[in-house]
Amino acid sequence: MDRPIRVVVAKPGLDGHDRGAKVVARALRDAGMEVIYTGLRQTPEQIAETAIQEDADCVAMSILSGAHNHLFPKVVNLLKERGADDILVVGGGVIPEDDIPGLIEAGIAGIFTPGTPTSVTIDFIKNNIKRK
Amino acid sequence: MDIKAGLLNNDKRAAARLISMMENGEPEAVQIIKECYNMTGHARIIGITGPPGVGKSTVTDKLAKQLRKEGKQVGIVAVDPTSPFTGGAILGDRVRMADLNNDPGVFIRSMGTRGALGGLSKAVHGAVKVLDIFGMDYIFIETVGVGQSEIDIVKLADTVIMVMVPGLGDDIQAIKAGIMEIGDIFAVNKSDRDDAERTAAEIEAMLDFNRNEEYRPPVLNIIARDNKGIEKLLELIEKHWEYENKSGSYKQKKLNRLRTEIMDIFRDEVMKTLYSISENTNIINELAQKVMDKQMDPYTAADRLMDEFTNNQRNN
Repeated sequence: MDRPIRVVVAKPGLDGHDRGAKVVARALRDAGMEVIYTGLRQTPEQIAETAIQEDADCVAMSILSGAHNHLFPKVVNLLKERGADDILVVGGGVIPEDDIPGLIEAGIAGIFTPGTPTSVTIDFIKNNIKRK
Repeated sequence: MDIKAGLLNNDKRAAARLISMMENGEPEAVQIIKECYNMTGHARIIGITGPPGVGKSTVTDKLAKQLRKEGKQVGIVAVDPTSPFTGGAILGDRVRMADLNNDPGVFIRSMGTRGALGGLSKAVHGAVKVLDIFGMDYIFIETVGVGQSEIDIVKLADTVIMVMVPGLGDDIQAIKAGIMEIGDIFAVNKSDRDDAERTAAEIEAMLDFNRNEEYRPPVLNIIARDNKGIEKLLELIEKHWEYENKSGSYKQKKLNRLRTEIMDIFRDEVMKTLYSISENTNIINELAQKVMDKQMDPYTAADRLMDEFTNNQRNN
C-alpha cells in the first residue's frame, strides 16, 4: 500500500490525561502514519464524525477514567449507523482484564493496556485495517 | 459506495472518500471531478496563513462559527507538515476546532503536506473542488506554519489572510520579500500582548511602499481566543471581495490561477511519465554512468532523455 494509513487518535470522556495518547500519536507518526489528533474531552459523536470527515482507516481511543465500557462501544455503534463499520476501532488506557472480552465482543478490535510496547499497537493497526 | 451519487446527495462519507482518492492520485477520482466540474465556482475560498503558532486554527475556528451564525455552509482544509523522514504526520488543527465537529454545516479535513514545499499539499486543489461541489459557501484553507517563502496559497485563495503576532521580529522582517507580499488582509492576533500596536504600525509602514493605490491591505488587531475582532475581520473579507470584483482584478487573478493550475497538472503528468520511463527502462542509469565516465555531459544526457520521452509519448 502506497498511501499512508490515517488514524484518528481521540480522548473520549472527561479525564484530562493525554500523555499516553500523545505518546501513541507520536509513535504512529514515526511509523509513517497520518495521525489526526483531536484533543481532550470528545464525545463519541464528535469522534465518529471526525473519523468520517477525515476518511480514517482507524480510530484509536484512550480512556483513563473508567468509562470505557460505555464510550468505546458507543463509537463503534455510531460508525456502524453511518455505514462506516470498515473503520478499525482500537482502545487503550487503564482497562481491567475482566472488561476486555466484553469490549472485543462489542466490536473494539484491540485493547492495549499500560506497558504495551508501541510497536505492538503499530503492527496491530497495520495488519488489521480493513481498507487496502 | 457510489462516490459520485453520494457527493451529490450530501453524504459526507462520499465527499471524504473522494478527497482521499484525490490525495492518493486515483484516476477514478479525477474522472468524477471532471464530470462535476461545472458545479464548482460557488464557494468563496479564504486562505489563512502565517508563521507557526500565531493562531491560524483558532482564527479559522472563530470565522467559521461566525459564518455558521449567518447560516453559511463552511468547509475547512487544514494542512500540517508531513515528516520527510518517515512520511508520517501529526495533524492537530482539529484540536482548536473541537466544537465545530458536531455541526452538520461544517466539514473539516486535515491533510499532510506529503512532500510539497509551498505551504500546502498537492491535493488541496482537489479537496477544495470536492468541497465546492459538495455545496460549501465558504472554504477555508489553513496552510502549514509558514516561514518566509511558502506562498502556494495565492494559487488557490480568493482572499489571503496573513495572521501575525507581536514580537516576531523587527521591521526589517516586514520588508523582506515573500509571505509578507501575499496578504490581502493582515490580522495581528494575540493583540492583548505587549507591542501589538507597534507590530500593526510596522506592517502599515511596510504597506506604505505598495504600488497599488486602489487597494491597500488593511491591518487589524484581533484576539481570536476571545472572539475579539472576528466580525470586523469578516467585514474586511467582504470588502476585499467587493474590491476584487469591482476592479476586475478578480477575473485576471482567476485566469492566472487557472494557467498555473493547468501547468501544474501538466507537469505532474510529465513527471509521472518520466518516473515510469525510469522504472521500466535502464536509460537514466545508463546516462548517469556515461556522465560519470565523462563520455557525456549532463545537458546532453537530459536531451537524450527528452528524445526518449517524446518517443514514449508518440508510442502511447
